[in-house]
Amino acid sequence: MRSDGEVGKTLAIGRPWTRDIFCTRHDRSILAGRELSFDGRNLGQMYQYDHYDQTLVDERAAQFREQTRRFLAGELSEDQFRPLRLMNGLYIQRHAPMLRIAIPYGLLSSRQMRMLADIARKYDKGYGHFTTRQNIQFNWPRLEEVPDILEALASVEMHAIQTSGNCIRNTTSDHLAGVALDELEDPRPYCEIIRQWSTLHPEFSFLPRKFKIAVSGSQRDRAATQVHDIGLQLIRNERGETGFEVLVGGGLGRTPIIGAVIRPFLEKTDLLSYLEAILRVYNRFGRRDNKYKARVKILVKETGPERFAEMVEAEWLKIRDSMILDEREIFRVQAFFQPHDYEQLPAKDESLEQHLLSDAEFAAWYRRNTAPHKIPGYRAVFLSLKPHGTPPGDMSENQMDTVADLMDDYSFGEIRVTHTQNLVMADVRHDQLFAVWGKLKPLALATPNVGTATDMITCPGLDFCSLANAVSIPIANGIQALFDCYDYLYDLGDIRINISGCMNGCGHHTVGHIGILGVDKKGEEWYQITLGGSSSNDASLGERLGPSVPRNEVPMVMERIFLTYRDLREGEESFLETVRRVGIQPFQERVYESH
Amino acid sequence: MKVIKHGQSAESGWTHLAEEEPCRPGPCTVSLARWLKEKAELLHTATSVGVRLSAADAPETLANDLNEISLIVLDMGQFTDGRSFTQARIIRERLGFTGELRVRGNFLRDQMFFLNRVGVDAFEFPEAIDLQDRLKAFQEFTVTYQAAADSRQPVYTMR
Repeated sequence: MRSDGEVGKTLAIGRPWTRDIFCTRHDRSILAGRELSFDGRNLGQMYQYDHYDQTLVDERAAQFREQTRRFLAGELSEDQFRPLRLMNGLYIQRHAPMLRIAIPYGLLSSRQMRMLADIARKYDKGYGHFTTRQNIQFNWPRLEEVPDILEALASVEMHAIQTSGNCIRNTTSDHLAGVALDELEDPRPYCEIIRQWSTLHPEFSFLPRKFKIAVSGSQRDRAATQVHDIGLQLIRNERGETGFEVLVGGGLGRTPIIGAVIRPFLEKTDLLSYLEAILRVYNRFGRRDNKYKARVKILVKETGPERFAEMVEAEWLKIRDSMILDEREIFRVQAFFQPHDYEQLPAKDESLEQHLLSDAEFAAWYRRNTAPHKIPGYRAVFLSLKPHGTPPGDMSENQMDTVADLMDDYSFGEIRVTHTQNLVMADVRHDQLFAVWGKLKPLALATPNVGTATDMITCPGLDFCSLANAVSIPIANGIQALFDCYDYLYDLGDIRINISGCMNGCGHHTVGHIGILGVDKKGEEWYQITLGGSSSNDASLGERLGPSVPRNEVPMVMERIFLTYRDLREGEESFLETVRRVGIQPFQERVYESH
Repeated sequence: MKVIKHGQSAESGWTHLAEEEPCRPGPCTVSLARWLKEKAELLHTATSVGVRLSAADAPETLANDLNEISLIVLDMGQFTDGRSFTQARIIRERLGFTGELRVRGNFLRDQMFFLNRVGVDAFEFPEAIDLQDRLKAFQEFTVTYQAAADSRQPVYTMR
C-alpha cells in the first residue's frame, strides 16, 4: 500500500501459483521478518507481529486501562464509556460483562490457544465460547480485570479491538483457507491487510452501525460472503488475473438480505481504496435516526444497488490513485501464509485404510469430521464443539490446553475456528488420523456429527444474553436428544440447523436449512421455524413454516420435519434440495396436522 | 471558551453567532445555512468569518468559498455521529482547506486522536481544561496503520 504512484498497478500479481515459486522457504522467513525456531520447527503459517503491530496492541491495552480507571472513578459516564468498551469487545450482559476476543479470520496458534485456556482459568469460570464470527467470548470476566486480560492477550499477539461497537469488525474467512482443493487463492493475506487498514481507522470508528467483511478464495463459499456488509470473493477474470468480486449490503438480523454485486471485478491494487469508498459513502449517508435501519444493507436497499454502486464508484475515482495497495505489501503479507513443510506422502496410507475397515466408529468420525486436503497424504480434521447435551461452541480450559498440545504434535501448531462454531486442525497426516481421533475422543471433541442435524449454530440466548427473548442452548440440546443413534443422524445427511434467541439473529437462523427463532409471547418462549435458507453459494433466506410453536413442542416439530424429508427425498437428495424441490407445503401439512 | 490549538492552550478568539444574532465586528462564525444566505453582509461586517458545519451538512458546499473563510467548525451534536470525521477529511484532502479546522460540542477526549488524524487542528471546550491531560490524548498511539489527513506516517511506508 503506498500513496506515491502507480507502482504495480498493472501487474497481474498473486496468482495462486506465484506464492510457491517466488521465493524459497529460507527467503520467506527473512522476508517475513521471522526465523525458524531453535529446533528448526516451522513457526507456523500465520501472520507474525513486528514491533509496530506489537506496539499498537500494547498501547491499546494501556489506553483501555486508563479508560476503565476513568470510568470507575466517575470521570466517564456510562454513555461515554459504552462505545469505548464496546470497541474493546466488552459488553455488559445478563450476569456479568462479556468479553469478545478477536481471532483474525479464525486462525490461532498453540501459544494463543494456551493463553485462552489461561484466561478461562484465571478470569472466567473455566470455559470460553466460540462465535459465528470466528471469535471467542468469555462470559464471566470482571470489569476491573479486563485491562489485565487485554495485556495478557497482547503478549501473544492478540487483542479485542473492534470486536463490538459501530465500527469495522473482525474480517472473517474460509476455515479451510490454504488447504482447500477448490481454492483459487488464499484469502487470508487480504484479510490481514484489511485487518490492519481497519484497525483504529480514524474516519470509520463511529459508523451508523457495525460493519462486517468476509473474504472467500474458494469456489465453494464457506465464509457466508453473501450475508455480510461487504463480501469479497476472489475470482479470475478473462485475462487470467485474480481480483475480487465485491458484494455489498448482505446481512442477517431483523432485515435479512442477500448482498448485491456492485463490482464484478476489482483489481487487488484497488482493494483498500474501494473499501474506503464504500465505507465513506456509508458513513456519510447511512441512516442514523433508527438503529434498526442503520446497517449498510438498508442504505443499499433504499437507494438501490445500482445507485449505491454509482455513489461508491464516484467516491472511489477521487481516491483511487492516492491509495494504491502496493504489490510489495501484498507479497510481504503473503509471505506469512506460505504452505507448511509438508512431507511427501502417498495419497493412500495403508494403516489408515486398515483402521477404516476394522473400526466402524473411527470410520464414521473420518467420514463426518475430516475433509480432503490439497496435499496428498493429509486431511483437515474438525473438532466438534457440539457434543450432545452441552452448549454448542463452548470449550473448557482443559480442552484448550490439551488441544494446544495436539496442534503442536499433529498440525503445525495451528488451528482454525469455523463460523459454524467448530475447530479445524487443517494439516493432519493420514497415518496420524487414528491417533488424533484416539486423543480427541476422551476430550469429547470427536463427536462424529460435523455438518449433521446436531451440529447446530446457536447463539448464547436467554441464558446469557440481555437482548434475547428466549433460550437457544436448551433448544439445541432438545434436538440433539432426538438422536440416540447415529444411524438416524447420518441418514438425514447434511443439515444446517441454526438457532437464534431473538430477531437480531446471532444464530443465523434465516440462513439455516432449518431456522429456529425464539420469540416472546406474553412472557412465554415460542419458536418460529423457517425452511430452505442457506449462506453458501446458493444463498437464500428461509421461508416461514407457519405459526410459532411453544418451547416444549420444538423437538416434536423437528422430528416431523425430518420424517417428511425422509418420505419425500429422491435418491441422494439432501434436505435442502428436497425442500427446494417440493416447497414448504408438505412440511407445513405434517407439522401442523394436529394443531 | 478554551481552545487547544497545535498543542497549545489558547483563547477561542471567535464569537459563535446564533441564527438571529446580529453580526458584529470581530471574528464571527455562523451556520452553513446563514453563510449561504448572508455571505456578502457577513464579510462586510465581521473582521473574519468562520462557518459551522453540523454533521448533516455537505462540506462540498463550501468548495468555492474557501478563500473567504478563515475557520471551519465541526459542530458535533452527538459524539457517536461519525459523519464529522468524514467531513474533516473531505475538507482537508479534497477541498484543500489549510485554515483552522476546529471541533466543538459533544466530543470525547478519547476521540481527539482520531479527530486530529482526520485533519482537525483545534479543539474547543466550554470550560477550563487540564491541558497536559488533554495533550496526552494525542500521544496514546505511536503507530498508525492507515494514511489520513495528518502527517503521521502509516507503518506500511516504513516496513
